[in-house]
Amino acid sequence: MSTALAPARTGSDERLTGFAGEPLDQRRYRRMRFIRRFEETLLQLFEEGALNGTTHACIGQEADAVAVIEHLAEGDHIFSNHRCHGHYLAHSGDALGLLAEIMGKEAGVCRGMGGSQHICAPGFKSNGVQGGIVPNAAGIALANQLSGNDAVSVVFIGDGTLGEGVVYETLNMAALWKLPLLVVCEDNRWAQSTPIAANLAGDMAARFAAFGVPVREVDSTDVEELSAIAGEEVGLVRAGAGPRVLLIHTYRLCHHSKSDDERPEREIADRWLVEPLLVHGQRLDEADRRRIDDEVETALGEVVATARALP
Amino acid sequence: MIFAKELGDTLRGALTDDPRVVLLGEDIADPYGGAFKVTRGLSTAFPQRVRTTPISEGAIAGVSAGLALAGYRPIAEVMFGDFLTLMFDQVVNHIAKYQAMYAGQATCPVVVRAATGGHRGYGPTHSQSLEKHFLGVPHLRVVAASLFHDPREVFSDFLGRDEPVLYVEHKLLYPQHLTLPVNGRIGDLLATSEGGPLPTVRLSAVPVEDCTVSVLAYGYQAMLAAKVIERLAMEEEIFAELLVPAQIAPMDWAPVERSVAVTGRLVTVEEGADGWSWGTEAASVISRRLFGRLRRPVDVVASEATVIPSSKTKEASILVGSAQIEAAIRAAAR
Repeated sequence: MSTALAPARTGSDERLTGFAGEPLDQRRYRRMRFIRRFEETLLQLFEEGALNGTTHACIGQEADAVAVIEHLAEGDHIFSNHRCHGHYLAHSGDALGLLAEIMGKEAGVCRGMGGSQHICAPGFKSNGVQGGIVPNAAGIALANQLSGNDAVSVVFIGDGTLGEGVVYETLNMAALWKLPLLVVCEDNRWAQSTPIAANLAGDMAARFAAFGVPVREVDSTDVEELSAIAGEEVGLVRAGAGPRVLLIHTYRLCHHSKSDDERPEREIADRWLVEPLLVHGQRLDEADRRRIDDEVETALGEVVATARALP
Repeated sequence: MIFAKELGDTLRGALTDDPRVVLLGEDIADPYGGAFKVTRGLSTAFPQRVRTTPISEGAIAGVSAGLALAGYRPIAEVMFGDFLTLMFDQVVNHIAKYQAMYAGQATCPVVVRAATGGHRGYGPTHSQSLEKHFLGVPHLRVVAASLFHDPREVFSDFLGRDEPVLYVEHKLLYPQHLTLPVNGRIGDLLATSEGGPLPTVRLSAVPVEDCTVSVLAYGYQAMLAAKVIERLAMEEEIFAELLVPAQIAPMDWAPVERSVAVTGRLVTVEEGADGWSWGTEAASVISRRLFGRLRRPVDVVASEATVIPSSKTKEASILVGSAQIEAAIRAAAR
């Protein structure tokens, strides 16, 4: 199976997922911008009252989704969590299906049954309960191992998920059975409203290392740096190296779900100075950046209009 | 051949016939072959697909779920049904939900086998019948092993369908011989089967028209109840019809309704703790559907709602057994 960076899915809007032949730095910027603006648009639609239920935006963490998922191929599987929009959009580019789902419409990816946290599409699933998706992803990895293919099963968790016992049950089993599983832990420093200092004892990486599972740790919001590392990790898992952990220290710039943010303003402001779009955007010409911003804006505007008009 | 062996042969057949079948569980590999020896020999024959796991029920269920989502047919063994609590989140919020919450785009046909029940002196945490906590979980079937249902047909149903199922195996059934209906009889009792691959088996000494009470029971308690109704018929001419469903949730109430419509009396029997139970659900449904035709309130026989003592005499005093079943049938038939 090729480990070349995955192209945009056929059928997805190239203005959101990237044009064929587009330079890689532009495509990465475009995909992150797409996720960012999708999330911001959602929050706006919530304020308008156009959406039902709740949502968990990944603003500030877009680089993780784009960097990891561009290394995945047909046959690989992603299991994501409550904060799954970025992962799903990086995987599928399906803005309309996701928005329609969150709007509770029949045209949604799960016909309005799942909503924001419960998404299913080929090669992708998410669930809103913390931790339980980890053994599910390990089961998919076991299926791949038994089938003798070289597909990779990826599961995205957060620092808060490390409070769940089943994560450790699964790490143990995955290590014993050398399952082709990549755990991507996005440490965004806050579990809902609880800071990591009140949530997590000891050393985060050591928790994985205790099971003999290699941990690749990176503190970065730079999609280029993350992608280089993610590519190596995905490649190692695909080559049969057994389970591995990619531990990304990052930051959630938005509130946990909708309007529940009591974090220090100064801390958040500092992190806006190193947010992924800013970090990577500097690599692009001003003109290219603006053009991409405009294309994403236009395409998302069309998605919102189409979704609103759906029955 | 004893039930444990019949079940082991069934699993061996499933592994042989279907390369998607995978068995996971604690201590299931040879030479030990499982706490109740059901899987003995299977890991030797199928080393890749029969796997002993760490003591991690949540991961056993969760990995099974992932296998099922990926198209495999996992069968997970829970060494003691008491430990089902350790996989409750996986069963309720993952396994049972996936198909419906993903609008049918995925299926998660996990089979969970759990060794349940008391009367063995194993005490408060190794003797329970906790299946009542799984009754009514949407999209989860709960099926009880019995001596009147061929496990081959039961597993053929499980593996032929896309829904998850919890299969409860009372541990006192393992050393017993299956007693399947032959030519309309099981021993001295008349026996008929109603409804599909997981039928409700109806047992009585005389035709139902001559019975004065219907008894609804499953699993090991159904085995006890069959002996009780046979004895009462032979020795005292108290005639009861026993109904033994395999699937206890969701329930096909039709055979029960047909029986109670004739007898006018219903006794339910279960080993789980009294209250908020299978029997109380039966009482609710049958009272509503046959209101005016019941001659007395539905009698629910269940175990005392307390911990299950280890002491033999104390355990016998709180768990349902033949004496409680007999007393309830006598009272109802009066």
